[in-house]
Amino acid sequence: MLTYLAKRLAMMVPLLIGITFISFLIMHLAPGSPTDLATDLNPKMSEIAKERLTKLYGLDKPLPVQYWNWLKRLAVLDFGRSFAPDGQPVLNKIADRLPITVTINLLSLALVLVIAVPIGIYSATHRGSLFDQGTTVFVFVGFATPTFWLALLCMILFGVILGWLPISGIKSLNHDQLSAWGQLADYARHLTLPVILSAFTSLAGMSRYMRGNMLEVIQQDYITTARAKGLSERLVIYSHALRNALMPVITILGLSVPALIGGSVIFESIFAIPGMGKLFYDSVMARDYPVVMGGLVIGAVLTLVGNLLADLGYALADPRVRSS
Amino acid sequence: MIKTWAVVILCLAVLALAAPALAVDDGGSLVIGRIGDATSMIPMITTDSASHEMSGLVYNGLLKYDKNINLVGDLAESWQVSPDGLCITFKIRKGVRWQDGKPYTAADALFNWRFMVDTKTPTAYSGDYMKVTKAEAPDEHTFVVHYKEPFAPALASWTLAQMPRHLLEGKDVRASKLNRHPMGTGPYKFLRWDPGARVMLAYNPDYFRGRPHISQVTYRVIPDMATMFLELKAGGLDLMDLSALQYRRQTNTPFFKKNFVKYTYLASGYTYLGYNLADPRFADRRIRQALTYAINKKEIIKGVLLGLGQVCTGPMKPGTYWYNPNVKRYPYDPAKAKELFAQAGWRDTDGDGVLDKDGRPFEFTILTNQGNSYRANTGVIIQHRLAQVGVRVKLRTVEWAAFIKEFINKGRFEAILLGWSLTPDPDQFDIWHSSKAKPGQLNVNGYKNPEVDRLLEAQRRAFDRAQRKALLDRFQEIIAEDQPYTFLYVAQALPIVAARIRGIAPAPAGISYNFTDWWVPKALQKPAMTR
Repeated sequence: MLTYLAKRLAMMVPLLIGITFISFLIMHLAPGSPTDLATDLNPKMSEIAKERLTKLYGLDKPLPVQYWNWLKRLAVLDFGRSFAPDGQPVLNKIADRLPITVTINLLSLALVLVIAVPIGIYSATHRGSLFDQGTTVFVFVGFATPTFWLALLCMILFGVILGWLPISGIKSLNHDQLSAWGQLADYARHLTLPVILSAFTSLAGMSRYMRGNMLEVIQQDYITTARAKGLSERLVIYSHALRNALMPVITILGLSVPALIGGSVIFESIFAIPGMGKLFYDSVMARDYPVVMGGLVIGAVLTLVGNLLADLGYALADPRVRSS
Repeated sequence: MIKTWAVVILCLAVLALAAPALAVDDGGSLVIGRIGDATSMIPMITTDSASHEMSGLVYNGLLKYDKNINLVGDLAESWQVSPDGLCITFKIRKGVRWQDGKPYTAADALFNWRFMVDTKTPTAYSGDYMKVTKAEAPDEHTFVVHYKEPFAPALASWTLAQMPRHLLEGKDVRASKLNRHPMGTGPYKFLRWDPGARVMLAYNPDYFRGRPHISQVTYRVIPDMATMFLELKAGGLDLMDLSALQYRRQTNTPFFKKNFVKYTYLASGYTYLGYNLADPRFADRRIRQALTYAINKKEIIKGVLLGLGQVCTGPMKPGTYWYNPNVKRYPYDPAKAKELFAQAGWRDTDGDGVLDKDGRPFEFTILTNQGNSYRANTGVIIQHRLAQVGVRVKLRTVEWAAFIKEFINKGRFEAILLGWSLTPDPDQFDIWHSSKAKPGQLNVNGYKNPEVDRLLEAQRRAFDRAQRKALLDRFQEIIAEDQPYTFLYVAQALPIVAARIRGIAPAPAGISYNFTDWWVPKALQKPAMTR
């Protein structure tokens, strides 16, 4: 097991370097450069200023040299400073945005599990029933509804007409004067719509997946055996079948680790949430290479770790994987 | 007699009504909605409007623009241009202090010039300051700059936001604390900045012109226009810029009439259709004039801007001192357009509805950048009108970076639909002078006219306003005659402000020039954050 782990970890290093190299290359192949935002069609921009900016950002050096310099800094976990005028360290920029994105993604994932898993189980055990058909329609409506449109409708209803919930942002203007509980309640009120809406769109995937697994499991011989032994239906489903049906779901959770730090630009723009999606979109648009690369590295590491965790989970659960 | 009494009573009544209005209340807060976040709070190293606006209330320049877009003193009490135009002397206002208590002196002004020309400063605006050959601060309240040749646009460059020397000198600007915590001499002090979410400012009680009335200002970043509008409706915002559609169709309800006031003023920028003059067809002035005659500008304004704009006749903002209204105009006239095309040899000889010459049909592609629906819609209307006079137009939208790199800078286009923003200073040298018609420069369509070159050079040397205007008037006449662009429209800015905010006086400069005079009646103030 330990050698397996060591082998996997060793393999991750060249993989990671490969990912960063290709990302670096593609990023620099895209037309435009970080100085463009300041210099293009700007009547007050002088030629000298353009050269000066190019030099300041080290963009006058050949591409391999730029990549090598970047890699050297990365080796000591220095992601560099953003090319944006405020010149903040990349890690600070990401740290500013990360908590809110992870919070929303975790809450929404939890909500999805709480709703989708029971729906999946019940649909599987009552296949073809009215409930099964009803929830199928419901989750697919959620899947097919454009979030930005639904978000606006919810804002109009809950924010403007009823006035129950705030429309956008993550905290009120008077947030800092509130008590600790007040601050928590303030966050909760602001996050209600974003979390529910982002969960609504992913219900379909998870509940269908759960239903499929469950159906597969309850048709297997050992379930028949359990029933033949005279166990109660409850015990058969929730003790014997559920455990096996949940295994693939847990794998999916492992694979969705990198998705936790990603945010949707459209979603964050609609709700005016200062999250990772908007940060990366803006950085790509401004060709802010250090921030883009920083995000890609973190994403790549999380993806690799997520894969590793999923594989380890398999290995722990399934002796056949372990021995091969 | 009765009449006299009536007049007296009326006067008294007016006085009684006016009296409370004279008393201005301090306090209250204001929330402004904006679609983009600032990138830094050091304005001169940024190029986006959000950064300049959000840090603007923290700083002062030596000079500033008044409500009629004339230069007046700000931190400089007065200024004097030497008779030969080579030297400008600023008298610095006495008794001004930075928000941390240190005095503002000419040494700070000198530092700001050094900062702008320092090769380590990542600024896009060094050009105007590099023209200064020598700057000096002979005493605490005098700042002098010398130029090699007279440079009239120089005055405008001294609206430069004054940064504190004692916090910035000898430090790496990109690592400076001022990027995130600005500190200036201005009417508002910086409070906090939540990246991507909001910037908060609080009034400066020691401001040298007296405290601003409104105690707290918050800029909220809401990237989506629809969300911002809902936030306004729900009472979360006091000020935002409306789209033409929101202005015309969505804000005429009793709710908006009661709670908000809408303003309009001409925005500083225009939209144009520029022709590549290296193309032999567009090199012929008659063709360019014909195309302008064939395009109905009023229809574009009505269709695209819902009427909220003005016909553009040239590269100056209508209604300003520098604008010349007496230039050749091109009212919509398809017959005249056809006549001019025919003079240039373009006729529909094969009867397919498209003009041709030497067997080649008249067709070209209009390029524009992605993400600007006003421009895309304008293109469609132009396409429709030009088809009617026998010119076939294709439209193509391209992502901005690729648009600039692959098409504009390489001159690989036939016509472009773009816009220029206009600065208060009327210097248009970079856009129209023949020396700027190189790849990567701003004379993008390659316009060359020796007389325009001469005029542009001469106006740069003319500190005398009347003399400069005469030169620029002639420049505008030639541009109108030559039609290197079809100048399309100047859109209107459409701010909407909560009705409880008082003291707003729209002027050619817009509404925000007198922000420090805005106030909120006590009874309508929302609680401000304590500091």
